This record gives sequence, structure tokens and C-alpha cells, in this order.
Amino acid sequence: MPDQTSHKPVMLITGTRKGIGNYLANYYLNKGFIVIGCSRGELDLKSENYIHYCLDVADENKVKNIFRDLKRDFGRLDVLINNAGIASMNHSMLTPLSTVKKIFDTNVTGTFLFSREAAKIMRKSTGGRIVNLTSVAVPLKLAGEAIYAASKAAVNNLTQILAAEFADFGITVNAIGATPLRTDLIKNVPEEKIAKLISKLSIKRLGEFEDVVNAVEFFIKPESNYITGQILYFGGV
Amino acid sequence: MFIKTTDNMITKDEIIEIIFNSIDEINEQNRSSIPKEASTTLFGSQSELDSLGLVHLITSIEEKTEEATGKNITIADEKAMSLSYSPFKTVETLANYIKTLVDA
Ligand SMILES: NC(=O)c1ccc[n+]([C@@H]2O[C@H](COP(=O)([O-])OP(=O)(O)OC[C@H]3O[C@@H](n4cnc5c(N)ncnc54)[C@H](OP(=O)(O)O)[C@@H]3O)[C@@H](O)[C@H]2O)c1
Repeated sequence: MPDQTSHKPVMLITGTRKGIGNYLANYYLNKGFIVIGCSRGELDLKSENYIHYCLDVADENKVKNIFRDLKRDFGRLDVLINNAGIASMNHSMLTPLSTVKKIFDTNVTGTFLFSREAAKIMRKSTGGRIVNLTSVAVPLKLAGEAIYAASKAAVNNLTQILAAEFADFGITVNAIGATPLRTDLIKNVPEEKIAKLISKLSIKRLGEFEDVVNAVEFFIKPESNYITGQILYFGGV
Repeated sequence: MFIKTTDNMITKDEIIEIIFNSIDEINEQNRSSIPKEASTTLFGSQSELDSLGLVHLITSIEEKTEEATGKNITIADEKAMSLSYSPFKTVETLANYIKTLVDA
């Protein structure tokens, strides 16, 4: 259990079991943050400054429990990163309704619930930061990614409207529009599809975890208190 | 300052006390003087609160009620938003509504 009396910044990251969320959790633990993470699966991260919750990000009651504990244990939250996300790359005529619902639940409802609860605790101190994960699939309008892209388009809109609503509380809300990155999210996407996507970028390479960290760092630094409602796409999209 | 109950139970009077504490907070923050009475209008054209003030107030009441009961509640739930007579209208109607939420 982290030292509750410390003045270490408190960051909540969703989807920390693997991929980008896992990288960010380790990165910010190394930087001296207290990191609260969650995913459906377990994560045994060996750090006294890490707390893990097993939950589905769309489960309102469980999400509220995290925030109840956060309030009790730390009394504040400095940064929320809405990273948990799923994708299904498929032609829309071959996409089952259950997949549509699952993607929207995770990517949109999850982002909304965490942001709503975060704002309630962040409103007490100025300088709260919310960073959402979105994708270049939105502006590139990629065939085969209809539902994923639609869910991320919703995340973009949510980012911009929450930015307007939360500005009164000194909270900024921004989003990172990542290009393909080697994680399980894209492991079933055929190489030629990825190559085709990369050919549409100005800078023709895959994204790296460090690119995401760089953008997070920019959004959360105190000097970025005038930057809100922005969708930052990588690779020149 | 909040009332801590042991068994999730909270009386309507205790809820009204919580609402008054939250009104104190808002008054202090906004240098306003919203009266602490059961009949005080919180929502609608008669209310002294602007929409942001109402957000602050409801969030603060929700938090204090959760602290007092140890129960998760969402005051602005579907039912509250769909009732033809808004439960946010006055301190009294809000207290009644919160009572139904914590007793559920
Ligand atoms: N990789 C890319 O190419 C790429 C590109 C653009 C944007 N992004 C975005 O970046 C974010 C992270 O993706 P990633 O590449 O790191 O994916 P990933 O490797 O598949 O990891 C996804 C993470 O989210 C968690 N998760 C999934 N559904 C969840 C749910 N319902 N409730 C709680 N946790 C859940 C997973 O853990 P559990 O399975 O244990 O729940 C896992 O930790 C996503 O929002 C994604 O859309 C990724």
C-alpha cells in the first residue's frame, strides 16, 4: 500500500494489464507517481506504489468503488488516463451486434464513467488532467474498422465536450490519436493492412510506446493548463 | 464535516443536514447566500443557483452521502432525470429522493 501521506502525484490508468497501459504504469511508477490501475485480468506489478483493481471499465458500481477508495486513501487524483480499449477489425457486414456493444461499452462508456467520477474528485483542486486514447482510424476512415473508428470518434467528441464542461473546474481533457503500435490490439491485423495504413502516414513507421509517453507528458505538465479539447494525432495524420 | 452512520441507515433529517453543509460550501465558494431551508428552490428559474452551481451542489451532496452511508449512489440517475417533477426542485424534494436511493 502506498504511503498515503506522501505528496507524490496520483495517476489512474485504465487497462494496465498489458500493452500501452502497462508501459505507462511502469513508466510513471519509475517517475515516482502513485499509480492506480485496472483491467479485467489480474496484474501483479511489484511496486508498493501500485494498486490494481480487476474490473470491466463499463461496470459503474465497481468504477465508483475505485473512486471511493481513492478519496479515502489519497483524497485526490491528479491524472486520469483512459487507455483501456478493444478493437475488432472486420467488415461491418460480418460484425455481430455483441461485438458492437462490447466495443462501445469499453471504449466509450468506460471513458465516460471514469471521466465523470474523476471530475468529481478533481474539482477540489485545480490542475486535474484527463488524457484519452483515440486512433488515427477516425480521420483515416479505414474500411474494416467501422465500429472501432466510430467508438473512437465518440471518444473524440466526448474529449472536446468534457473539455468544455470541466474547464470550470480547472481540468483539461485531451486525447492522443495513436498510429498502429505493436500490441495485442493489432496482432490479428494482416501485415499488408498495416503496411497500407502506414503508407497513409506522413512519417512512415509504426508508433512506439515512447511516442505515447511524449504526448502524455505534454498534456499533463502544469504549463499545459491552457491546452484542452485537443486530439493529437501521430505520424502527420 | 459529515455525519457517519454505522449501518448504511440515514434519516431524512440527516440528509437535510448534509444538503445544508453542501449549501454552506457553495455559499462560501460563490459568496452567495442560498438559504438553508427545506423549501429552498435549487433548480429552475426561481433558484439562485446557476447550472454550474447545481453541478457543484449535487456532486458535493452525493459525496457526503456516500461518506456517511458507505454506499455508492448516483443522484442524477435515470429516474431522477425522467421524473416529470424534478427531485432537484427543493431541498425537501431532494432529501426525499436521496432517502429512496440510500434505502434501495
Ligand atoms: N495498439 C495500437 O495500434 C493502437 C492504436 C491506436 C490507439 N490505440 C488505443 O490504445 C489503447 C490501448 O491499446 P493497446 O494497444 O495497449 O491494447 P492491448 O494491448 O490489447 O491492451 C488493452 C488493455 O485494456 C484492458 N481492457 C480491455 N478491455 C477492458 C475492459 N472492458 N475493462 C477493463 N480493462 C480492459 C486490457 O486488459 P484485460 O484484457 O485484462 O481487461 C489491456 O490491459 C486502446 O484504447 C486502443 O484503442 C492502440
